[in-house]
Amino acid sequence: MTTVETAPAATSLGSVTRPQVEDFLYREARLLDDWDLDTWLALWAPAGTRYVVPCTDDPDGDPATDLVLIDDDELRLRLRVERLNSRKAHREYPHSRTSHQVSNVILGAVEGAGGDAELPVTAEFTVWRFRNGRATYYVGRYYYRLAAVEGELRIRVKRSVLAMTELRPAGDLAILL
Amino acid sequence: MTLLSSSPAGLSFPLVDEDPGQHRFRVHRETMTSPAIFAEEIRRIFHHSWLYVGHESEVREPGDYVRRPVGGRPLFMVRGAKSGAVHVFHNTCTHRGAVVCRHKSGNAKVFQCFYHAWSFDTEGNLAGVPDREAYGGNLDFAALSLKPVARMESYRGFVFASYDENITDLESYLAGAREYLDLVIDSADGKMEIVKGTNEYCIGANWKLLAENSIDGYHAVSTHDTYFKYLVALGTDLQGGVRGTARDLGNGHAVLEYAAPWGRPIAKWEPLFGEDAKAEIAGLRAGLVAKHGEERASRMADTNRNLLIYPNLVVNDIMSVTVRTFMPSAPDSMDVTAWEIAPRDELAQLRQRRLDSFLTFLGPAGFATPDDIEALESCQQGYASGGVEWNDISRGMDRVPQANDEAQMRAFWRRWQQQMGDAAHKDTTRAAS
Repeated sequence: MTTVETAPAATSLGSVTRPQVEDFLYREARLLDDWDLDTWLALWAPAGTRYVVPCTDDPDGDPATDLVLIDDDELRLRLRVERLNSRKAHREYPHSRTSHQVSNVILGAVEGAGGDAELPVTAEFTVWRFRNGRATYYVGRYYYRLAAVEGELRIRVKRSVLAMTELRPAGDLAILL
Repeated sequence: MTLLSSSPAGLSFPLVDEDPGQHRFRVHRETMTSPAIFAEEIRRIFHHSWLYVGHESEVREPGDYVRRPVGGRPLFMVRGAKSGAVHVFHNTCTHRGAVVCRHKSGNAKVFQCFYHAWSFDTEGNLAGVPDREAYGGNLDFAALSLKPVARMESYRGFVFASYDENITDLESYLAGAREYLDLVIDSADGKMEIVKGTNEYCIGANWKLLAENSIDGYHAVSTHDTYFKYLVALGTDLQGGVRGTARDLGNGHAVLEYAAPWGRPIAKWEPLFGEDAKAEIAGLRAGLVAKHGEERASRMADTNRNLLIYPNLVVNDIMSVTVRTFMPSAPDSMDVTAWEIAPRDELAQLRQRRLDSFLTFLGPAGFATPDDIEALESCQQGYASGGVEWNDISRGMDRVPQANDEAQMRAFWRRWQQQMGDAAHKDTTRAAS
């Protein structure tokens, strides 16, 4: 198995290029497919963490007022990873085989300054999930807000918006998108 | 054991086998796998029950509508602009059949079929037919209005439909389940709303497995280990555990009623809610006591209820409240649709806790429901393995039902057997299946 070892240097978010962001997102996808979730967790910025997946009928859903599928802050994201690493997450024990595919990466203009600066990035995703002879898929768009932490790109916010009109083709969402 | 020796009545035996003297209650696994039984269930159960459509809060304003699959058929619910009444219509043009309500939800003055542009108002009346002279004045507009579902009734905002025009009225049908709906509704002073955002998922298992699972207290500790660990990490004290009872509410409806470690936005505080929510929750509780007395207020505030309204509606009033319905698409597959219902004017902080509780426990991406789905699909896969014919549902038959017994499931199965009639028998003289 090959691993993607280093994140690109990102001393200044304004100078980050699309290939650097793509390398970062590909690395993230590889870690998820390798079920190396502890290393994946280290890709997140230390504060302001938000991992959100809205409901399929409410793609603009606000977790403060609407029901969403996932609304993880730093603590809940860590507990989600602990759950998936355990042998008691029955839906994911044994783990699915997944293929996280990322494309159509578009960088927005940097917002904010200093430590609060964030780089908005959107990308399309297709995530295949195979388990127990069954193949399912998740298709949609990622909305990232990336930060630079000690010269490295980090995820501060990741919002995975499903394009599917219902979750039914996939059944549930026990994996990470 | 051979099939015949296990058959109480020789060549034909009931698929639900109850013998209180022997503490025996078992259900034949063919009820979960047989295409013939699935077809009979659609005919005998889903066409002759009250089925949940939606909540009136989803169509608050005149012209508001939502589309809903009910008993496997696509319908839509709309609030009439003139009458203010809620209607449930078959979603098909009376002319040639095309769908007239083409958005999932919204607000409309008219529903126009795009095919030949016939249009209907929000009361269902046929309002427009292009080039109507061609019919020579013989078009019966009244007869060509949208077709309402055979029966529609609302119980305090919960809208149900039935395809059986002779079915008993909804309140009689709900029997003992009414009181449990009242506990939810009264705890919000009658003002409830469906929260935006719907869980629409599927499970590769027989629908009755979810009816059982939704009111199964026995599986919680073993199946949901990671959820309880999550609660502990957030500071919930699990001591005291789950204590309570189960009740047969008549007509196949059943409930678990129990105390549990988690908090409730109405109205049981726990550390997770934060110190500043303490006074608010104490105020809510005091309000319930003043209005309903200590005993009923305590049931509303302190106890949890997993309520099954036969055949396929679940209203679980636990750390948050879900309205969940499910419909089989095959013997081994069902579509699940679930909503969160909440008091309309809830404090933002309590609403946030309620939302968190819902998605972490009840949602299909949470810390618990995916494992229920795995359990149900695992049962279905186990049935395919064969060798074992019966499921055992006898737990707690010789004691006052506790919250982790199975009396509530037996209530469901007895009604199922009654409604299925002679289809709930296995005839061993038939060709082996």
